[in-house]
Amino acid sequence: MARKPELMPGTLDMLILRTLARAPLHGYGIALSIKRLSDDVLTVEEGSLYPALQRLLVQGWVKAEWKKTETNRRARYYSLTVAGRKQLGLELSQFEQMIAAIGRVLQDADA
Amino acid sequence: MDTIARFFIKLRMLLTRDRFHRELDEEMAFHREQQQQALEAQGMTPDEARYAATRQFGNAARLKEETLDSVVFRIETAVQDFRYAFRQLRNNPGFACTAIVILGLGIGATTAIFSAVNPILFKPLPYPDASRILMVWYAGRDGTTVPQSFHTYQELAERNRSFAVLAVMRPWMPTLNGNDQPERFDGQQVTPGYFRALGISPLLGRDFQPADDIFKGPKVVVLSNGLWRRHFGADPKIVGRQVRLDDSLYTVIGVMPDTFENVLSPSAEAWSPLQYDPGNFTSTESREWGHHLRLVGRLRPGASLEQARADLNQIAHTPISQFPRPGFVSMENGLVVNSLQGDVTRGVKPALLSVVGAVILVLIIACVNVTNLLLARGAQRRGEFAMRSALGAAPARIIRQLLTESFLLALLGGAFGLFVAQFGVRALVALSPPELPRINAITLDRTVFAFAFAISALIGMAVGLVPALYASRKQLHVGVQQSSGRTAGGHQLTRRSLVVAEVALALVLLVSAGLLLHSLQRLFAVPPGFNSTQLLTMQVQTYGRHYDDDRVCHQFFEQALDAVHRVPGVTAAAFTSQLPLSGDADGYGVQFEGDDPDAAYPAYRYSVTPDYFATMGIPLVRGRLLDSHDVAGAPLAALLSDSLARQKFPNQDPIGKRVHIGGRIGGQLFTVVGVVGNVKQMSLALTDSDAVYTTTTQWHWADGTLSLVVRGRGDPTTLVPAIKKAVWSADKEVPVVRIATMDNLLAASAAQRRFVLILFTAFGLVALILAATGIYGVLSGSVTERMREIGVRAALGATPRNILGLVVRQGMTLTAIGVAIGLTGAAAASQTLITLLFGVSRLDPLTYLAVIALLGSVSVIACGLPAWRAAQVDPASTLRAE
Repeated sequence: MARKPELMPGTLDMLILRTLARAPLHGYGIALSIKRLSDDVLTVEEGSLYPALQRLLVQGWVKAEWKKTETNRRARYYSLTVAGRKQLGLELSQFEQMIAAIGRVLQDADA
Repeated sequence: MDTIARFFIKLRMLLTRDRFHRELDEEMAFHREQQQQALEAQGMTPDEARYAATRQFGNAARLKEETLDSVVFRIETAVQDFRYAFRQLRNNPGFACTAIVILGLGIGATTAIFSAVNPILFKPLPYPDASRILMVWYAGRDGTTVPQSFHTYQELAERNRSFAVLAVMRPWMPTLNGNDQPERFDGQQVTPGYFRALGISPLLGRDFQPADDIFKGPKVVVLSNGLWRRHFGADPKIVGRQVRLDDSLYTVIGVMPDTFENVLSPSAEAWSPLQYDPGNFTSTESREWGHHLRLVGRLRPGASLEQARADLNQIAHTPISQFPRPGFVSMENGLVVNSLQGDVTRGVKPALLSVVGAVILVLIIACVNVTNLLLARGAQRRGEFAMRSALGAAPARIIRQLLTESFLLALLGGAFGLFVAQFGVRALVALSPPELPRINAITLDRTVFAFAFAISALIGMAVGLVPALYASRKQLHVGVQQSSGRTAGGHQLTRRSLVVAEVALALVLLVSAGLLLHSLQRLFAVPPGFNSTQLLTMQVQTYGRHYDDDRVCHQFFEQALDAVHRVPGVTAAAFTSQLPLSGDADGYGVQFEGDDPDAAYPAYRYSVTPDYFATMGIPLVRGRLLDSHDVAGAPLAALLSDSLARQKFPNQDPIGKRVHIGGRIGGQLFTVVGVVGNVKQMSLALTDSDAVYTTTTQWHWADGTLSLVVRGRGDPTTLVPAIKKAVWSADKEVPVVRIATMDNLLAASAAQRRFVLILFTAFGLVALILAATGIYGVLSGSVTERMREIGVRAALGATPRNILGLVVRQGMTLTAIGVAIGLTGAAAASQTLITLLFGVSRLDPLTYLAVIALLGSVSVIACGLPAWRAAQVDPASTLRAE
């Protein structure tokens, strides 16, 4: 079995925030959504997902409430707060800057 | 979001942690279900799907813990860890008790020593701005300090620019007569600035004023709080009342507060003005020029110690005509300026610091020992850790658990240590040498408790760290298979290094103790110059106006001595103006006829009754002793000590030479009639024995206080009541004090060395025992681990004797390495003991060899038991177990 690329450290929080920016989701839904949108490249381990969610809760960037799913099961749905939306913007711009920087370095190395 | 808000979120999570767990459980269960459904949708059987989902999800318990960890304080887990640690210790009471006792002894000893040393060396003295209080002495020729004279105090007080106030003081022993029995107590005569220099004001009444300190002025007194309560029932109207001291009426002007601790004279209970004559500069024989005062001062605001030093020395080197100085107060060596604290602790500092060093070594050994115990236990618990890790404990969690356990051990050890420290402090105070200052300040106070807790916590971390790192570094899953390990584990190396360290440290302590013991033996082998056995001493102090008449004084002592002679059991008795090894130090300048008038030999002056030499057992070297014909009116006769005679008259007969004693008082010349053996006056360790003897009746004046020496049959202490009664038959009012046998005085003269020796010996023995148990523990562990190897060896033909040798050799190798390292350490450490050694080199080979032999034999014993067990190994049974 080929090893899947590992998530870059520090990006998980950003991915979760971005996912929740579309719609409130439960933990499983977040993991599924990231997996689908990345065409199965990124897999979020549960071992990182739940600690990350608690961390975001403590930071006040997401909030959680128990709701019924479509199949009438109780699940904890996470949604973005205003602070979380701000944080997402911040992280996105930082991430883009970094990608651009890495890209420049890589191009230079090619030449 | 700010930290405070975050804190409250965390706090809420902590308080609602049950709900937190429940919700997390539910959330994860939901996640697994969803995953399972998805997998089933892909075509798996429900069972396969459940299994896959669970596996994918991973270790739920660990995940939960990590999730909780990521948000909640560590308290939660700490509480859990503590509970678990408690259970662990309860399940292993043997281990727990051993570790707690060892740590408790270490912490207790350290805490006791700290509580003694802290107020003496480190805590500021109990005065406002105590660091600004300084002491000023004349500088002696060889770095010694010489007491001040009153006229120099006057000059310095007038000319200095760096002190707010200066004051001189001298001891005073007034007798309070009133109700029935007169009471003599310690006091001080001081100049008016004394209490202001210390920064303490009276509780009642007023402080001294310049008007109180007038030559032949009215007599006033300030009382200590204790004396005020004891004798005057804490009378609030005491101020202004008159009390009778030494047959004179003194007006009470003040009472000092209860909290006033007088470090310059701890036993003083009354203070009166010095009332010296300020105008009499030209008479060089006056007491105003005598070197017998101590000078204390408080710095002016803004001035520093260095400035004061420069200021006073500048004055010392630039005499002005307003303050003429006689030749012997030229101050050519300048003045010594010290902080009061440094001054008070100077004599005991080296001893105290060496004791602190020793107790730290003991503490380290105790820690090393417990670390070793923990390592051994860690080895036994490998299976448990592996199990916990398999059940979801992260390595960090296991480290934390182990640290919690060692922390708990250290805290329990610390609690036990405080218990030990209480006894330790009491023992320390009981053992303490008389020169130890601030003895009353030695208590277990809050600082000490904080100290004990701090070192306990530190030790908890220190002893737990190595075993904890070991436990985590190990491939823990190996442990599940209950490894029987055919080879000794790596932790054996660590344990052996620790044992080596223990041996080395024990050697350092034992060598130090050995050197001190050797010194003390040497010291007591020094002949004091007299026969101390069965010799009783006490001081008889006359007081009162009628004794101002010399004839009355002489008559009293004569009658008292006659009465003492008649006491049954007394074989000899005599009076002397100063008693050897009692702390008396009465020195005079001795000038022989024809000497340079500015040069005088310093010598101890003894005025004695003629039987003194026979009573003390001081031998006659040449000439004759003093006898009953050497009385007032007869030609003045003096004896020289052998050392003074040899120094002054190396190739001549000193008999018949004539000498001034104590300057040229009255111009009287004594004729040397004999030479007697040298006597140790100040200490057995000092060689200054130059002395002159006269009879009491021929001396310039009658000493009002004389020491009685009595030789008796049998135990001299049984004679005390009869002798006191005999003295009181001449005058029932005179106080008889300082009753001691000469042997006691002899022992007390080495009290500081003995104090340090006792502590070092105790610490050395503890270290020896701990090192031995360390060796024993490591070898036992090693034998258990090597059981199979030993079995194989036995099966291959090794005799029990071979195996015994194998194990003992292993143990002795550790000892040898430890000894080698320890020798270097001991050689370095002995440097710090130099001031306490006497007649022994700090590298004394005999001491070192003896200690090595002791350590060697103890470790052979420690090796013996495990070695014997190894030799008993039955090869068949171990091989079958394979």
